[in-house]
Amino acid sequence: MSKCSIGLLALSSLFLSGAAIAQEKIKVGVTATLEGTYTVLGEDGMRGHQTALNVLGKKIGDKELEFIVASTDATPDSAVRAVRKLIEQDRVQILLSPLSGDEGIAVKNFAKTHPELTFINAASGAQETTYVDPAPNFFRYNMDGAQWQVGLGKYAYEDKKYRKIATVGEDYSFIYTQVFGLVLEFCGLGGQVTNRQWVPLGTKDFASVIAALPDDVDAIYLGLGGADAVNFLNQYQQAGGKAHLMGGSIMIDQTILSSKGNAKNALIGTIAASGQADTWEDPGWQKFVKAYQDAFPPNKRFPSPSLLATNYYGSTMALILALREVNGDLSDNQSKFKAALAKIELDAPNGKIKLDSNRQAIGTNFVTEVVDDGKGALFSKVVKVIPNVNQTLGYDPAVFSKIGLPSRTVPECKKY
Amino acid sequence: MSRFIERHPAWALIVIIAVAIALWLIFAVWPPGLEEAIGRKRVFLNAVFNGITLGGLYFLVASGFTLIFGLMRNVNLAHGSLYLFGGYVGYAISTSTGSWILGFIVAFVLTALVGVLLQVIVFRRMEGQDLRQTMVTIGLSIVFADLMLWACGGDFYQIQTPGWLIGPVDLPLITAVKSSGEPVYLRYPMVRLVIFAASVVIGLAMWLALNRTRIGMIIRAGVDDRDILAATGVRIQLVFVLVFAFGAGLAGIAGVVGGTFQSLSPGEDIRFLLASLVVVIVGGMGSIPGAALGALIIGLAEQLGSVYIPTYAIVVTFLIMVLVLAIRPQGLLARR
Repeated sequence: MSKCSIGLLALSSLFLSGAAIAQEKIKVGVTATLEGTYTVLGEDGMRGHQTALNVLGKKIGDKELEFIVASTDATPDSAVRAVRKLIEQDRVQILLSPLSGDEGIAVKNFAKTHPELTFINAASGAQETTYVDPAPNFFRYNMDGAQWQVGLGKYAYEDKKYRKIATVGEDYSFIYTQVFGLVLEFCGLGGQVTNRQWVPLGTKDFASVIAALPDDVDAIYLGLGGADAVNFLNQYQQAGGKAHLMGGSIMIDQTILSSKGNAKNALIGTIAASGQADTWEDPGWQKFVKAYQDAFPPNKRFPSPSLLATNYYGSTMALILALREVNGDLSDNQSKFKAALAKIELDAPNGKIKLDSNRQAIGTNFVTEVVDDGKGALFSKVVKVIPNVNQTLGYDPAVFSKIGLPSRTVPECKKY
Repeated sequence: MSRFIERHPAWALIVIIAVAIALWLIFAVWPPGLEEAIGRKRVFLNAVFNGITLGGLYFLVASGFTLIFGLMRNVNLAHGSLYLFGGYVGYAISTSTGSWILGFIVAFVLTALVGVLLQVIVFRRMEGQDLRQTMVTIGLSIVFADLMLWACGGDFYQIQTPGWLIGPVDLPLITAVKSSGEPVYLRYPMVRLVIFAASVVIGLAMWLALNRTRIGMIIRAGVDDRDILAATGVRIQLVFVLVFAFGAGLAGIAGVVGGTFQSLSPGEDIRFLLASLVVVIVGGMGSIPGAALGALIIGLAEQLGSVYIPTYAIVVTFLIMVLVLAIRPQGLLARR
């Protein structure tokens, strides 16, 4: 133990001396999925990050922020490797990481081994990350997958009159969390989820999955993202699929809605829920969309920011505002900075965000429907705005904890 | 065939029974008990067809790989990059001209050219040095991957299926009988059938070319003994360049096929390199029929696996590879 603390002391003094030599620089490590299935998500996340820097600037008092980017591929080990590299080689003091669900759980656990540093979640949305044994130095300014599904089950059941649905999702924590949120609400109202199919992240050939979709359901929920979603839609079109669709938060997102080809047209009319809606009239949102559009030429961005861009924007914003509040003071194991992060209330583009006692965001959720703008571009249109969604989804914490953690089979389809 | 039955009567019997069961599963109307036990026939038939058509794609990629290995004994680990390059070329051509077929032709020609350059500039300089060639091709595949990422970005590209290929067709296979007695036929995506048919045609053409033409004879002789062939006055370097160009061109065509019924994105190069490695290891390095059999087995294993044991689907292919390596390390249809 004493050996460990001496080591830590040596390490932190190394950091301090590093900061002293570098002078006026605060080093921040950023990770994004710039490889693999979620490449497009990572790229747009970085655009959101850049947009935030354009709007807010990089100056913290007389210091300047320096960002070092590392790439991951949505697997937990790639995220931990990237974060380690940023800490051990680049000597960053703050991390803005990671993007994807499984990565989030791994980085949260890793964060405990570096209690002196601060980790700000960039966009990952697995429930477990902040719900089970949270790390005191890990802050999440976006909602989790289940929070992002609030309102969808009710809209499907009451307005669309769907009674029986089936789900297809990628086999990892974020999509478990999304299906968790959907099933709780939809089954709570009396709906049935007859079948849950899980496919490995990075599946290319969905033909057999499509063939195994049941015919006797009112709608099929798709919890896919990135290349997987595009592949699914393409093969769904070739197989002549005609079912009503429902979408998860990274399925009905600009990363998919502005993909090339016409397979995405199967999504017109699809209902979904997410932490944002492309056509929201709110001036704050519109200002963000404008800033995003102005920051990049049209062929280097999406028509409108994706959920990832919004999340990276929000987390970068929290980082900069909290740092300014303490005037860049990172002494005493960054304790002042951490305190500022914990109580900051963000006026984010997608609504007000504040943190709960687990440092998990409480924010606004949107139920949406996909529309064609008449020129062939697809957008998610607001159907309903739901403010103040917390991590227990409005359930009593004691009841919520009995449901269990999101997994392939949890929650059961019943009223809790 | 008859010699196989004479030598291994027990195995032959097992194979015949397995084929009979498979045929019955495909053509018969399933009794209700069976449907309850293993799910609907539609799902099974779709998985089988998908496995076969996916096998067709794997065959296109792996046959070039195995041909190059068979003749030149070099393991071209940049083969996946050729696949992805062909796909991107096919995408660019088919979107700018609107012609899917033209995309194939241009992709074939351009990837074949890249293959020629690779052979002339890289492989000829290090002939017979397996390890060096392998290391250089790994390096090249990384360079190519980054160049393509720089040129095309990380986006997913999908090659538009031409209008006449979109949508499903009814196949004369009964999946179920409605309560009214009316049979329900299998509906299957047209594009996959066409692609499968095309890969069968290419496979047959290759087999015929190898076994019935003079150039095929030279290539087969080269596979058996390169040095003696060179000594008989055949311009072996020219043959090498031709074979490399053809193998690379096939990878390019496969890229267009893959971009049509799946999608193109960074990372696909590695995936298809891995797939073709597994296919040729299972089928036997350097053997075209081996590549066909290996592709079929791997395609079927992937698809049936993804339906019946989704959680472990990824493991199945590698299990097959391990089994083959343990029982018949030279590959199922390798001659030596």
